[in-house]
Parts: sequence; structure tokens; C-alpha cells
Amino acid sequence: MRFSAVLLALVILAVPISAGAAEEATASPLEIAKEELQTNINIVWTCVAAFLVFFMQAGFAMVETGFTRAKNAVNILMKNLMDFSIGSLVFFLVGFGLMFGKTNGLFGTTLFGLAGVEKGTGWDWTFLIFQTVFAATAATIVSGAMAERTKFIAYLIYSAVISLVIYPVFGSWVWGSLLHGGGWLEGMGFHDFAGSTVVHSIGGWLALAGAIVLGPRVGKYGPDGKPRAILGHNLPLAALGVFILWFGWFGFNPGSTTAGNGQIGYIAVTTNLAAAAGAVTALITSWCVLKKPDISMTLNGALAGLVAITSPCDGVTPFGSIVIGGVGGVLVVLSVLFVDYVLRVDDPVGAVSVHAVNGAWGTLSYGLFAMDGGLFYGGGFKQLGVQLLGVATAFVWAFGLGLILFSILKHTVGIRVSAEEELKGLDIGEHGMEAYAGFQIFSTT
Amino acid sequence: MKLIIAYIQPHKLQDVKRALYAAEVFKLSVTNALGCGAQKGYHESYRGVDFEVNLLKKVRIEIAVNEDFVDRTINAIIEGARTGTIGDGKIFVLDLGECIRIRTGERGGAAIG
Repeated sequence: MRFSAVLLALVILAVPISAGAAEEATASPLEIAKEELQTNINIVWTCVAAFLVFFMQAGFAMVETGFTRAKNAVNILMKNLMDFSIGSLVFFLVGFGLMFGKTNGLFGTTLFGLAGVEKGTGWDWTFLIFQTVFAATAATIVSGAMAERTKFIAYLIYSAVISLVIYPVFGSWVWGSLLHGGGWLEGMGFHDFAGSTVVHSIGGWLALAGAIVLGPRVGKYGPDGKPRAILGHNLPLAALGVFILWFGWFGFNPGSTTAGNGQIGYIAVTTNLAAAAGAVTALITSWCVLKKPDISMTLNGALAGLVAITSPCDGVTPFGSIVIGGVGGVLVVLSVLFVDYVLRVDDPVGAVSVHAVNGAWGTLSYGLFAMDGGLFYGGGFKQLGVQLLGVATAFVWAFGLGLILFSILKHTVGIRVSAEEELKGLDIGEHGMEAYAGFQIFSTT
Repeated sequence: MKLIIAYIQPHKLQDVKRALYAAEVFKLSVTNALGCGAQKGYHESYRGVDFEVNLLKKVRIEIAVNEDFVDRTINAIIEGARTGTIGDGKIFVLDLGECIRIRTGERGGAAIG
């Protein structure tokens, strides 16, 4: 009797012990369910963010259309449409692999066309769509700076090249480890959360190269070298475009968490504060310098704030975001004037000032304002130094390759339309149709 | 008094205005116009269907002048608008019967200024 009691006690005691051992070896059903749920939330959020960033393409299209002349509207829209279409295909086939495939030290060498990835519900597909819309954003920045005088075929070729090589290779140096790759810049601690440099500066410096090689629009500069105003034909469209971009940016920055958690809300706050601050300071700056509050400068200011906060949005305080966006708003107004009057480079929509200059500022600002490692938070100069290295590398890479690419195009297919076609309008010349058939467009530029 | 009507290329308006200001002619009115002359139109297409566009965009300038200003006004317009290519435009000079300034009621040469 006593023996069987001891045996029973042992058996009873054994159950919890073995159950404890089982917990260490395999997760409980609850843990597994939680992890699966989190993975699916991550996928859903990343996809929604990707779709928001896709909608930014409409934003870019409207901004660029609004800031240029009616006789070129079809051409601008075609460039935007094809930037995304060509970019999607080319990035899927080659760019994604170069950016996120297993790296050889300089760029990725696997995942071309997502070869080897099971066609199912894996993370790679969500990650692909998310990265595709980012690549397309970089590509379409250039169409604004090269507006109203670029040969369509030359632009299509450029569009393929940026999504094929220029964007992905640099991107692999900064974001490669987000999937299977790895880059030397990120290895050194370079921080670019959502792409002030990777997306916006790369696009912006390419835009500068294109605008320089192209030359200014006919009639932009008088014989004395002073710039003349070539008015945008539809500021309501431009404003609509900026609102759409602001909206889409809530996918751009918070989406870069690629995870469903509270960080999304924090980043949305820093993003919004920077945009608002940028608009306000651009308003004040333009009011002071130009004597009237200028809507085109204010709209650019909001965009400048957004571009600037894109890099540091996850690691700065809300007050830091306000300062970063605010400085961006001042910078963009001064930069537009500088590019127009001093550099004498014709940038119809201010793409260089918004994206290149503020992409650089935003990236550097992380070195100043980062709660963990920023100069103003006792982190010393190390982070700032790495940020500067990344900014400089982006400039050399994008501007240098841009000059080469556009020069090659200039001497082969030709990048500029004839002066006669430019006056008649690219809609007629390149596309054989009008954007505003039946309207009486009164334009004397 | 004469009324000078000039049809010019839209993108030459700035040059014509500059030339007129240099000739001290400051009062003019400008309207949109469509027109065709010796130059052919151009080809457009819409969703696969071609059509010829013959009426091209022009700008019409109207200036009322006193006799002593007629020649310098015409010369200024020509200087500003001429490019040497087809489509430069035409100038018509009409006799002006009467001119009244609405604000003051002045008539004739004084109203033209």
C-alpha cells in the first residue's frame, strides 16, 4: 500500500516536470499563435504602407503637372507613369536582387526575379512590394527637374537605369541586411531609417545632374543671365499633389518599421511635426524674402520637412523633429533661390532643393539629434561623421553616375527636344496630343 | 488717330512689349486668338485616330495711337516679333473714329495719351 502511494506520488510529480521540460523544447500553442499573429500583422501593415507609398506616385504626378505649363502636361504625366511601370519591372527582375540578395561585398548576387523564393505567403513578397514603391519614388524625383525639355525616349532609358543599378547598389550599402544582403555603410553605423539619402538624395543628385546636362528651358534666363518666371499652370493640382505626398509619407516613414507595433504611432508623430514645421518656416522665410507668403514655396517647405525627417524619424524627439523640419523649410526656400539665381540651373519644380539638399540635411540631422548617439545628446561626433560619410558617398555616386549617364544619352539618342518643339509644347511634339483639348490656354512663355 | 492690330506668335509677346516700352508706348490690350496663315498645321492623334490641327495659337495686340506714334509703334512691334520664319504674324492699321477715356470723359487725341 505505502509503496503504491509513493509510486502514485512519483507519477503525479512527474507530470509537471515533464511538462516543464516540454515547454523548454517547444513553444506552447499560445506562443506559436502569438508569433504567427505578429508576423501577419507585420505583413498587413507593411503592405498597407506600401500601398500608401504607391499613392505617392499620384502625388508626384500632380505636383509636377501643377508646377509646369499646360502644354507639357501629357509629357510630365507619361514620365511619371513610366517611371513607376518600368521601375516595377526592372526592380523586380534585377534591382531587388542587387539590393537585397546575398552580397559579394559591393552588391547582391541572388534573388533576381526572386528566384528560389517559394511562391506563397512568405515575407519576401511583402518586402518586395514595399521596396519596389520606394525605388519608384527615387526614380520619379528626377522627372520634375528635367521637365518641359527632355526627349521622352532619353528619359525612359534613364528611368530603366536608375531602378536597375544606380538606386539598388547604393541601397544595398545601407539597407542590404534588411533581407539577405549587407552593406559597408550600414556596417559603419550609418543610419537612414526610411531613406532621406537612399531614396531622396539619390534621386535629387541625379536630378541635379540631369538638369545641368540638359540646360535651362528656352526663355528661362534672359540675355543678362537673370532668371525669368515660368509660371506653373495649376497650383490647385500642385497643392493636391503635396497633400497626397504628405498622406503617402505616413506609409513611407512609419511603414519602414515593417512591423505592427507602437513605433508606427511615434514615427507618424515625428513625421507630421516635421512636415508642419517645414511648411511654417518656409512660409515665414518666403514672406520675409519675397514680401508675400508664397504658396509654391510653402508647399515645397512641407515636402522639405518630410524629406528631412525621413532619415531620423525613429530616433529623435518630437521637439527634434520640429527643429529638423523647420530648418528644412528655411533651407528649401534659400536653396531654390540659390539654384535659380547663383547656380543658374533650371529646376522647374524645386526637386533638387527639396530632395537632394534636404535629404542631406535630414541625414546629417540624425548625427545631431539622435537620442542615442547624437551630438546634442552627448554622443560626440562619431555618428555625425558616419552620417556625413554616407551623405558624401551618395552625392558622389548619384551625381557622378548621373553626369556620366546623361552625357552618354546626350551624345547618343540626344536628351533635349528642339527649341521649336519646346515652344510648341512637348505634348504635341512627343505625344501628338494635347492635355487640355478644347481649353483656351493663354500662355505666352 | 489709328488703331493698330497685330497678330504675333505667343512666345514673342514679351519681346514685343519690351520693344514697345522702349518706344514709349505703354498702353495696349492683349487677347488670345487662333489663326492660320501660310504655315501648315500639325498632326495630332487621339486613341488611334489622326486629325489635322490647322488653327494655331496666336496673340492679338490692339493699340490706339495718335498719328505721330504710328510709325514707331509699328517698328517696335516688328522689331519684337520678327524671327524670320513663317508665322511671325501681321499688323493691320485701321482709322480710329473716336476715342473716349471713361474715367475723365476726355475725347480724341488727349484720351489716347
